[in-house]
Amino acid sequence: MGTIWFCLVAIMLAGYVVLDGFDLGVGMLHLWIARNDAERRVVLRCIGPVWDGNEVWILAAGGTLYFAFPALYATGFSGFYLPLMMVLWLLIIRGISVEFRSHVTGSIWPAFWDAGFAFASILLAIFYGAALGNVVRGVPLDASGRFFEPLWTTFQPVGQTGILDWYTVLVGVTAFGALALHGAAWLVYKMEREMNERAVHAASALWWLVALLTVAVTLASFWLLPQLLMDYRIRPWGFIFPLVAIVGLIGIKWFLHARVDAMVFGSSCAYLIGMLTSVTFSLYPSVLPSSTNPMYSLTVSNAKAADYGLKIGLIWWLIGMALAGGYTVFTYRSFAGKIRSTEAGEHEGY
Amino acid sequence: MHDALTVHRLHFAFTVTFHYIFPQLTMGLALLILILKTIALRTRNEIWSHAARFWAKIFGISFAFGVVTGIPMEFQFGTNWSEFSRSAGGVIGQLLAMEGVFSFFLESTFLGAFLFGEKRLGQLGHWFSSLMMFLGSWLSGYFIVATDAWMQHPVGYSMGGNGAFQLRSFRGLVFNPWGLWQYAHTMTGAVQTGCFVMAATGAFYLLSNVHQEYGKLFVRTGVIVGLIAALAQLFPTGDGQGVMLAKDQPATLAAIEGLFHTEQGAPLAILGQPDVPNERLDNPLVVPRALSFLTYRAWNAEVHGLDHFSRSDWPDQIELLYYSYHIMVGLGTIFMAILLIAAWLLFRGTLFGSKIMLWSLMLAMPFPFIANTAGWITAEVGRQPWLIYGLMRTSAGFSTMVSAGSVWFTLLGFFGMYTLLAILFLFLVYREIEHGPGGNPAGDSRLPAQAAAH
Repeated sequence: MGTIWFCLVAIMLAGYVVLDGFDLGVGMLHLWIARNDAERRVVLRCIGPVWDGNEVWILAAGGTLYFAFPALYATGFSGFYLPLMMVLWLLIIRGISVEFRSHVTGSIWPAFWDAGFAFASILLAIFYGAALGNVVRGVPLDASGRFFEPLWTTFQPVGQTGILDWYTVLVGVTAFGALALHGAAWLVYKMEREMNERAVHAASALWWLVALLTVAVTLASFWLLPQLLMDYRIRPWGFIFPLVAIVGLIGIKWFLHARVDAMVFGSSCAYLIGMLTSVTFSLYPSVLPSSTNPMYSLTVSNAKAADYGLKIGLIWWLIGMALAGGYTVFTYRSFAGKIRSTEAGEHEGY
Repeated sequence: MHDALTVHRLHFAFTVTFHYIFPQLTMGLALLILILKTIALRTRNEIWSHAARFWAKIFGISFAFGVVTGIPMEFQFGTNWSEFSRSAGGVIGQLLAMEGVFSFFLESTFLGAFLFGEKRLGQLGHWFSSLMMFLGSWLSGYFIVATDAWMQHPVGYSMGGNGAFQLRSFRGLVFNPWGLWQYAHTMTGAVQTGCFVMAATGAFYLLSNVHQEYGKLFVRTGVIVGLIAALAQLFPTGDGQGVMLAKDQPATLAAIEGLFHTEQGAPLAILGQPDVPNERLDNPLVVPRALSFLTYRAWNAEVHGLDHFSRSDWPDQIELLYYSYHIMVGLGTIFMAILLIAAWLLFRGTLFGSKIMLWSLMLAMPFPFIANTAGWITAEVGRQPWLIYGLMRTSAGFSTMVSAGSVWFTLLGFFGMYTLLAILFLFLVYREIEHGPGGNPAGDSRLPAQAAAH
């Protein structure tokens, strides 16, 4: 039962990264891809109707984590207190910036919120990456299964670690690159004419950065944490996950070159899913490894809630997520295809 | 450690109080928009459609503020109250996860459909979106109230071997009898907030001689729906809560009423200042025997005062508790009076000419927010010193690994950020109200250039 929920939470988090990831990526890039207010409105229209629904995935994932693995939720959220609070502030800034930048016209108001949107998106990606880096590296859990990490200590990924060390920052920068590329891929898919060109250009440049960072972060991970390879040795079928990531990464380049816009975005999704599942696979059965003593690690079995609740949960979760999947498909279908810069005011909000 | 506990409590109290400004408005407006949309569909009269669109704009703004201030709430169970979450997550996590899975997706999808899709969905589809928006926001409210109800009145659980609570009865948890009354009482409060905001906006238009037709429509709708909610606020929902409190949280009942000593034929204090160290109520203005009657339906029934309970089980902020309860009840009574008079004048056909009533309706607007907030303070401070009533003390629930210094840091951050958000919210809503509901075609109530991007 713990393993099932481990997979379900992982799916929800992957869903969040793939969906809200392109909102963040667009946020990072829109100052450069869109050159004036009219263009910026067009860019924002390609996330306007969906970003709020995308963000819901992190809430649903958080709630699911809470009831399925209460000990992990309690330990992780209190141990990562400061960075999590900053993530919350950034989510506030991002949400307000997207929603209200067009409520007042004039140059100063939108410019302010556009900058806020970019600022929050960039930092959110880095924070998410650093958080993932912390989970992979392990945290100083004590015998009671608790820890607290300051923002930084010596920037070394051993001993008394902080949230930020060279390894977690590397993961953070990789996440930044990957989500920027993902956002660019979304813009390639949704934009036409000059802005499509600019997005293709940005994606091509970012691709090299992401490829480089992917290699670097993979080498660093195995050098620092050789135990990550163990799961792959025991269960070689797990190599499917990194394979998906590699195929996705190559696919981005290929389809950028062949100018199949939808497939660029599809490949980027595959890359992100492949990367996340590779990490998840190598962590299992740990959910939060201890860097002080492997005995103290939180695992699927010692962090999960009682089975009765998990079984009941499975019933409503499947119903609820089937509905949610339906809504998501409905929203994206009614919103499919390129955004035309001429269709201003058509399916329009108030 | 005691210091850290206080800051953690303040942190949650501040963020949740600020957050609840928005959901009470959106839950109230969701019902009102559904009503406007339903009438529009039946009468085919365009004015109701315009009214629904206008309020959907205000709803959209409030909803966005509710979302961004709501996310910190879900995370604070883990960041600030991790010991509580470690113990109770397996039970209440069910409700919070269901809120995410069932309500949030529903709300965000159909709010988008409602705001963006009127032309494409057609009138029936647009009406359906407003129905789903209503269901989503009210369902969300239910899960949150049910979570609180479990902390007020824990049911359907058993103790696990690892010291954590386990879910034993899903049905018991979801249909907690405490939660049903509390939900009804909370929602009637939210409807009143929505109604007073609507009626106040209408009164503002009528007094300013602008948008007369909409002004009348808003006042009429707000007053009629508000009156029904105000009556239901008192009876049966408020009464039901009071009876439940007397049975399950008798020390809380004594504290909110300022009843220090056990009495037969206990009086109901209308006014007075509790002097807790000396265990008495100063300057009391009371209705003799009324408390006994209201709680036990017998004028001479014995009601336990605080002296009946061990001091360690007294709520730790009796003064705040006493005042928040009295403010809630006092304001609720005033709302009922205003709405009864307004409804009478409306029936007589003289309301729109009565300057004094229009002024009253307009100036009453902030007070439902205060009453609802005071109600929640009553519920939460009244639960003290327990985090889970009778099972876990608040002092055992906070995150022991997070220092008071860290919590002050983020609390100050929230103070600053929420101050700015409050200013922004008032600015944006005032702009919409000042602009008013236009008689323009669907969705183009702003300048085309403005409408070009959401």
